[in-house]
Amino acid sequence: MSLMQEMNQRAHELGIPLSLHLDVTYRCNERCIHCYLDHDDHGELTTEEIKSLLGQASEAGTFFLTLSGGEVFMRRDFFEILTHARRLMFNVRIKTNGVMIGKEEARRMRELGVEHVQISVYSHRPEVHDRITKLPGSLKRTIEAIRFIKSQGLKVTVANVLMRGNSEDHAGVQALAKELGASYTLDPTITPKIDGDDSIVALRIPGSELHSVFRTEALVGNVDEFCAPPPPAGEDVMEAYPCSAGHTAMYVSPYGDVTPCVQFPLPTGNVRRQKLIDIWRHSPELNEVRSIQARDLPVCSTCSHVGTCTRCPGLAYMEGSMRGPSTADCEKSFQRTGIASANMLRKERIQSTGPLVQIQAWQPSESSDQDISRAAAQLL
Amino acid sequence: MSEKYISRSTAIAARMLGGELMVMSSSDSTFFTLNEVATVIWQAADGQTPLSEIVSRIVCTEFDVEPQAAQADAEEFVAELSQHGILLVSDHPKPHSGKQEPA
Repeated sequence: MSLMQEMNQRAHELGIPLSLHLDVTYRCNERCIHCYLDHDDHGELTTEEIKSLLGQASEAGTFFLTLSGGEVFMRRDFFEILTHARRLMFNVRIKTNGVMIGKEEARRMRELGVEHVQISVYSHRPEVHDRITKLPGSLKRTIEAIRFIKSQGLKVTVANVLMRGNSEDHAGVQALAKELGASYTLDPTITPKIDGDDSIVALRIPGSELHSVFRTEALVGNVDEFCAPPPPAGEDVMEAYPCSAGHTAMYVSPYGDVTPCVQFPLPTGNVRRQKLIDIWRHSPELNEVRSIQARDLPVCSTCSHVGTCTRCPGLAYMEGSMRGPSTADCEKSFQRTGIASANMLRKERIQSTGPLVQIQAWQPSESSDQDISRAAAQLL
Repeated sequence: MSEKYISRSTAIAARMLGGELMVMSSSDSTFFTLNEVATVIWQAADGQTPLSEIVSRIVCTEFDVEPQAAQADAEEFVAELSQHGILLVSDHPKPHSGKQEPA
């Protein structure tokens, strides 16, 4: 176990929110076709409210702070927030599209001791990237920003969300990241919008392309190891918790809403009405999240992938139940190993039994009055 | 031997967790945890108090340790953290300035 894992374990045992993801705004200068946010301002936390929140997080023991959005630089007070966060000695990571970062912004981030910057790049080809962001010239400006930040000696990760429309470009983005001296990470998951609208899920790449991605050595390393069938799950697997959301990590929206994770929109409280630590310790919803072990998942606990699946409880929640399967992760497990998940097999069985309700056009006949009476009796 | 004055870098993150101090350098992402004694030295690293005084006045009074052994351990600790830019070492005191305190 690494030192970092040990600290995570200790934070888990002590009930400390080690990581906080704070979206300082949902406003953005890009309009990405796959984005899950509403970009209007519905009453963002003020500078002072954010400073108070950061003070509370610091007192609660939070160490890792991710500042994200929307686009963080849409807030004119972003550097004031950042300065305050660093004064409180958080380890600060920033997620941005980079479009508003010039030499001066890069220099200030370095001076303030930002640990890491993650920047979204969808393609190495301007016509593809800019079509996704709907902002002409955005790839050029994003690449310039990465160069400014790297010239300051800061660490940069290029985050490549894969979807229909850029699914052939991951090798190009990976090469671009290498040329820029940045790390590279790929995410093939398109999540529903936070208001529940799942229309953008149609942008997910088809299973056949996911299959191909999982067999690309440059992305996954040892393909045989990555795509190996899951080993049998032991007791330790069944007693495990799905991820850090709600256990050592939490999310706060620009409006002060606290949820276990940005991808897990379960309302647990609001920092405008409650102290952060009170929400963290006493929210019934968070305590419910914490109580769920793998053995408590009705479908997933019976699945051969239970120990290796990337099941996201937030995506499962958005599908209807935080104890249910996340079909996007079922698909990943299947495309990775060729072994169908318990959820997929269950759905197949349901489909093979035929529709639960059969509807036929009603043909009036001489005995139609009798038919209606019989039907009414059955319904009662 | 000349005196050493130690101060904390501003390019680090730090937080107490269960009685230990977590420290991470933003320049190379090296992650440390400091035990109680090291945490006391860290907290006293104001750039103005000589390391020998930190050891004799604070470490040796708060913990049951031999002065010579404590000084040697402190020197080793300071050398390691300064290699990662987490502690800054000087042979003369820094003028007093606004400083960051771990929460």
